[in-house]
Amino acid sequence: MTTSHISAVPRPRVGRFRFPSVFAPRPAFRRLPVPKKWSQRRIVAVQIAVVVAALGGWEIAALLTWIDPFFWSQPSKIWQTGKIFFTQGDAFTDIFFTLRATVLGFVIGTFAGSALGLSFWWSRNYAAVAQPFVVCFESIPKLALAPLVILVFGIGLTSKVAMAVALTLVVSTLTTYAGVQAVDPDSEKLFYSLGASRMQLFRKLVIPAVLPWTLSVLRVNIGLALTGAIVGEFISSQHGLGREILYAGQTYDIALVWVAVLVLSFFAMLMYVAVAWLEKWLRKGVVR
Amino acid sequence: MPSAKLEVRSLAMQFSTSGADVAALTPVSFGLSEGSFVSVIGPSGCGKSTLFNIIAGLQPPTGGAVLIDGEDATGTIGRVGYMLQKDLLLPWRTVLDNVVLGMEIKGVSRQRARATALPYLQRYGLGGFEDRYPRELSGGMRQRAALLRTLLLDTDIVLLDEPFGALDAQTRSAMQEWLLQIWADFRKTVVFVTHDVEEAVFLSDEILVMSPRPGRVVDRLTVTLPRPRARSVANSADFISLKERCLAHLGHVTPEMAA
Ligand SMILES: Nc1ncnc2c1ncn2[C@@H]1O[C@H](COP(=O)(O)OP(=O)(O)OP(=O)(O)O)[C@@H](O)[C@H]1O
Ligand SMILES: [Mg+2]
Repeated sequence: MTTSHISAVPRPRVGRFRFPSVFAPRPAFRRLPVPKKWSQRRIVAVQIAVVVAALGGWEIAALLTWIDPFFWSQPSKIWQTGKIFFTQGDAFTDIFFTLRATVLGFVIGTFAGSALGLSFWWSRNYAAVAQPFVVCFESIPKLALAPLVILVFGIGLTSKVAMAVALTLVVSTLTTYAGVQAVDPDSEKLFYSLGASRMQLFRKLVIPAVLPWTLSVLRVNIGLALTGAIVGEFISSQHGLGREILYAGQTYDIALVWVAVLVLSFFAMLMYVAVAWLEKWLRKGVVR
Repeated sequence: MPSAKLEVRSLAMQFSTSGADVAALTPVSFGLSEGSFVSVIGPSGCGKSTLFNIIAGLQPPTGGAVLIDGEDATGTIGRVGYMLQKDLLLPWRTVLDNVVLGMEIKGVSRQRARATALPYLQRYGLGGFEDRYPRELSGGMRQRAALLRTLLLDTDIVLLDEPFGALDAQTRSAMQEWLLQIWADFRKTVVFVTHDVEEAVFLSDEILVMSPRPGRVVDRLTVTLPRPRARSVANSADFISLKERCLAHLGHVTPEMAA
């Protein structure tokens, strides 16, 4: 029935329209690509295999002196050094010292930066005046300030916190300010049409609208705060994992360098987890 | 005649952008009586939104005054309900919390505001959606929520700027009937901007027709069709002649005119 219907339509004499032949003569129709998904167990198994292969390869390469074990150290030696590190000496004092500086710097830098960024919402003039200073401070390599910071704040905890703050503050400020500038002017109009005050607008619109911007900075700031604290310890310190690393490097105790770095990355990961949890909690509607 | 609920007295608006002056409104004057439903139609860019912004106090006019109940209200905010061209629901608030935003800003505690608003949500077609977030709603429902937010205020005047502009024809006609129902319940003075002449005639007591920029009111039509109105009213002779008069103002040529 369908065919007879079609044949009833008069065919144009010029022949059917043909699409220009830029394509392959007979296109092979592709299927929707469906990525294969491994089970969680399989993924973990592969991850463990990767680690074992890397460590095993390293150990063997060092044993056969394909790489110089003096400079690269080797997993077995790192393991021994790690045991000594945690059983003798003051490992926990050092860890606690670095962590305290990092967490303090992270919290102060992030809070102060967000507050500064938000404060620019209150006055356009104030924001315009402050803008070049913030950009200027942003472009300074903050690590270059480390010797100065140590001189001013001493070799104790304060200087390490100050370094961590210096690194985290600007990023938080700029990102939060970008969020402030992205607040929809029509939403502001809506609030004002309802008779809102500046304060109500700030609390009910600006803060919730900017929150995702501020949260996006948290993860970056963990790494920055750690860097700040470690560099502070590199310059001058009596405690901390940074000082431990520097000391180990100077005495060619490469295994100890590795131990300290591993401990650092372990705590960095812990902080990531904590921040991810905090982020989820905040997004879920603490601010509404 | 009693003094107008809302009066606009020789309102003028001039924008100056980069040296060039753009006249958005040349003196516009009209008065609206209490409880009426008035539509404003006019070509795009003729200054309808600008007019609303000025009435809502969001923009100072370059001339003229806005009077509410005979009292000068130029530049005061929070005296009229205003639904902007976008629904502007806050994505981090549930539907219920979006609807109570206006009450909250006027100082009602959130608990009380929720308790007040909930029956309205249920009555006006948002029942069961109060704890959803705006992204989970259809376009029509978002508009309902935004309208309820505007209506659940202690303001007698409501400005609606093309509330149904983005909806498909079917949803739109359902929303029109919904709006008439809600208007009959709330008894507010409604000023309604639309591009759709048929919508204007179907909904209104009066229609203000504006000219292309610079905007001014070129005609004022009274719609005497009886209420409540059924859809079929669109076939009546009165309806059609009103519609054609509006279209003529907007520059459309109808068959009768061509003849
Ligand atoms: N802030 C502004 N600065 C300069 N010109 C403006 C501004 N706001 C509006 N205008 C101009 O004023 C005129 C009226 O704008 P308005 O938004 O009121 O039009 P409208 O009638 O609401 O149009 P539409 O139906 O498309 O929404 C337009 O020509 C617009 O370019
Ligand atoms: Mg408009």
